[in-house]
Amino acid sequence: MSKSKQVLSSSLGKKLIMSLTGLFLCSFLVVHLIGNLQLFYNDQGKAFNDYAYFMTHFTPIKIISYLLYTSIVVHAIYALVVTIHNRKARPVGYAVYRGSENSAWSSRNMGILGTVLLVFIVTHMSNFWWKYHNDSVPYVEYRTDLKTNQTTVTELVAGEFTEYVSYVDNEVEVIKAKDLYKQVAFAFKEWYLVAFYVLGMAALSFHLIHGFKSAFQTLGFDNRKYIPIIRFLGIWIFGVVIPIAFAAMPLYFYFLK
Amino acid sequence: MSGNMNLTLKVWRQKNDKTRGKFITYQANGISQDMSFLEMLDVVNEDLVRKGEDPIYFDHDCREGICGMCSLHINGRPHGPKQGTTTCQLHMRSFHDGQTIVIEPWRAAAFPVIKDLAVDRTAFDRIQHAGGYVNVNTGGVPDANGIPIPKTVADEAFESATCIGCGACVAACKNASAMLFVSAKISQYALLPQGQTERYSRAQAMVAQMDAEGFGNCTNTGACEAECPVGIKLTNIARMNREYLNAKLFKEEEAH
Ligand code: SF4
Ligand code: FES
Repeated sequence: MSKSKQVLSSSLGKKLIMSLTGLFLCSFLVVHLIGNLQLFYNDQGKAFNDYAYFMTHFTPIKIISYLLYTSIVVHAIYALVVTIHNRKARPVGYAVYRGSENSAWSSRNMGILGTVLLVFIVTHMSNFWWKYHNDSVPYVEYRTDLKTNQTTVTELVAGEFTEYVSYVDNEVEVIKAKDLYKQVAFAFKEWYLVAFYVLGMAALSFHLIHGFKSAFQTLGFDNRKYIPIIRFLGIWIFGVVIPIAFAAMPLYFYFLK
Repeated sequence: MSGNMNLTLKVWRQKNDKTRGKFITYQANGISQDMSFLEMLDVVNEDLVRKGEDPIYFDHDCREGICGMCSLHINGRPHGPKQGTTTCQLHMRSFHDGQTIVIEPWRAAAFPVIKDLAVDRTAFDRIQHAGGYVNVNTGGVPDANGIPIPKTVADEAFESATCIGCGACVAACKNASAMLFVSAKISQYALLPQGQTERYSRAQAMVAQMDAEGFGNCTNTGACEAECPVGIKLTNIARMNREYLNAKLFKEEEAH
């Protein structure tokens, strides 16, 4: 134990923690994005609400989600510890410092970008996660006639809804669920929230353009054959595609719904 | 004289590491473009001595880019505006007439100011002493071809070994991290057959010493690589991470 403690308190050990939690959070983003693409289905949120129920009630996923919350907290705390340590390493600063001539802007501003993301995550979770878990979202019933594939949607009065049900009765599929979809549509009617989400995703982009490849460097992975793939993924998938796809969600609801 | 320049220098003056320093402005007149930056400072110092003032204290030795003694943070960058040069190799033609040049020492807690622009870099020596060596038995001279090693690996080790220990990497890094230096020193031995005996104890000892000296944590900005006068690569840091984590997490407990 004392030896592993030594590793974690060393400079390289702290970097290891940052790297592993960061990569875990990156892998979550992929899953989160794929799931949320269901917001774009034109089914009044049926698939999305069904998925939201599954994600919050399937035990393995619940375990992973707690790991995820822990990762966010650990990543932020270690970032703070490392930053304080780094400040101490240069007590007297330079009068002139031309960082832009030897390094990328994102690499020098990971702390600021990370802080924006932390505020974003707190806002995001209180908007959706907290409301979903504390019964502050509306409820909905979907009845789908399996012969004609016609779905009728009815809003449920809070008192009538007890818990999620999904069954098929007489060739009619009935799903009663919390209507997170409606909560999303409702939240993204506010322009300032949409603007905040787009800003958050811009921060995510810059954070990951540096962070993704940086995590592999920290792990000591710099194989010449594979590093171009890492760089490609870091810039194009994590820096461009994922943030843009996420940002498209509030924009879609604001402008098209 | 044609082509000579008049410059304004803002130089950091500090008595020792116990006192606070401040910038003092000097005029450097009639500076030839062919002078090196250090020769320009010599001219200024001669003038100061003539006036009975305390000359500016700065480090230098070989003045040909091999010893790593010269330092100086010039207009916001270690060793001045050019890449791949030390301050002694920096010519005044990189500046223009009438320019103001701000000259500061390397700034890091682990490099305390000795006086003015000279800093104490013995932290690097202590890191070297912690593990930057190989145990070689004395005896007959080994045959030059006695130890097989691929040319590419030998070249890479040689590239790491070109680090002159100047500390520009620490000076450039926004975190005052010494990881480029330490990783170069770890790499040159980790790659060579002669370095295998102490391979894992070395990585642990040198990293521990680096941390004890109070250098910052690397955040992979790459500023060190860009400012290193001999072009030490960031891949050295990746290798150091690999060596260290491998040592700590696996190799340490492998022998029974
Ligand atoms: S790595 Fe480069 S910048 Fe750092 S001490 Fe060695 S030569 Fe100087
Ligand atoms: S004085 Fe030796 S490298 Fe500059």
